[in-house]
Amino acid sequence: MADTTTKSYYWKGFRDGAPFIFVAIPFGALFGVFATEAGLNIVQTIAFSATVFAGAAQFAALQLLQDNAPTVIILASALAVNLRVAMYSASLTPYLGAAPLWQRACAAYLIVDQSYACSIVRFEKEPKMTVPQRMTYFFGTVSLITPLWMLTTYLGAVLGTQIPESWALDFALPITFLSMVGPMMRTLAHVVAALVAIIVALLTVAVPFNLGLLIAGAAGMIAGAQAELLLERRKP
Amino acid sequence: MTQVDPATIWIIIAGLAIGSFALRFTFIGVVGDRPMPPWLLRHLRYTAVAIIPALIAPLVVWPTATDGQPDIPRLAAAAVAVVVGLITKNVLAAIFSGAATLYGLLYLLG
Repeated sequence: MADTTTKSYYWKGFRDGAPFIFVAIPFGALFGVFATEAGLNIVQTIAFSATVFAGAAQFAALQLLQDNAPTVIILASALAVNLRVAMYSASLTPYLGAAPLWQRACAAYLIVDQSYACSIVRFEKEPKMTVPQRMTYFFGTVSLITPLWMLTTYLGAVLGTQIPESWALDFALPITFLSMVGPMMRTLAHVVAALVAIIVALLTVAVPFNLGLLIAGAAGMIAGAQAELLLERRKP
Repeated sequence: MTQVDPATIWIIIAGLAIGSFALRFTFIGVVGDRPMPPWLLRHLRYTAVAIIPALIAPLVVWPTATDGQPDIPRLAAAAVAVVVGLITKNVLAAIFSGAATLYGLLYLLG
């Protein structure tokens, strides 16, 4: 079944996904270090990276774990951070929805920012690609970052156990998150969503069970959606 | 370092693994080609950009390590990470500048 053009799409995906190793390597290592700092052992840390496979959600869960948040809140908040993969899944469905179920199940597990970003650009640019070619391309984009993500998590976890307490790592995780925020500010609506979420989060900090986070997140989402509607109406 | 109950950690890992897969599989596996309501997509677009700042804002203003006292190295590092991220759109550049600011100021003021 894997004819020559399908195979060449695998290598196209592989090449397009290759630059992302510069994201996967440091983030995997950071996750490994932070996870051991948060009290996870090496097996737990690797299981986390291998099964959840979602950087931002993994970091969010760690932070809340350190804040001693209730388990339900940790799960709800980390999954909320990961809601965007549901959006990616929805957006890829018109292109990959016709593939066999087992392939779609494998692809679902591998939906991350990088595979989505590469694939959607390629699929839109080449509408004549067949479904197997698209699937092969998609798997190509994650062939490097998936094993590297797990390997660097392991290396980070080993390294993390060696780092002394005096390194002020308490603030490394907030810095990592704040660094992700800047590049997310693509439109004014994104800025509004972030600002409203920050203000509500600071006002609701005394709400028990870290529920303030979910309240602030919901407020930010609604604010962003409303801002988007308003901005669209203003357009000529 | 606080000691976390291993059972809790495993519940969180399992819950997130199943939940994340469900989020990814719902549309591509179950919904198929049916279109999604625009209002839902519009809200989903702003989840990460709302939750992440909401998670971090209290930690910046009231850091755990200083028992909730706002301190200059952490505030400055936070500001640098956000500004560099905004300007360069490069996450790693932002992390390194933020970390350099934090450790630089901790060293100078410490």
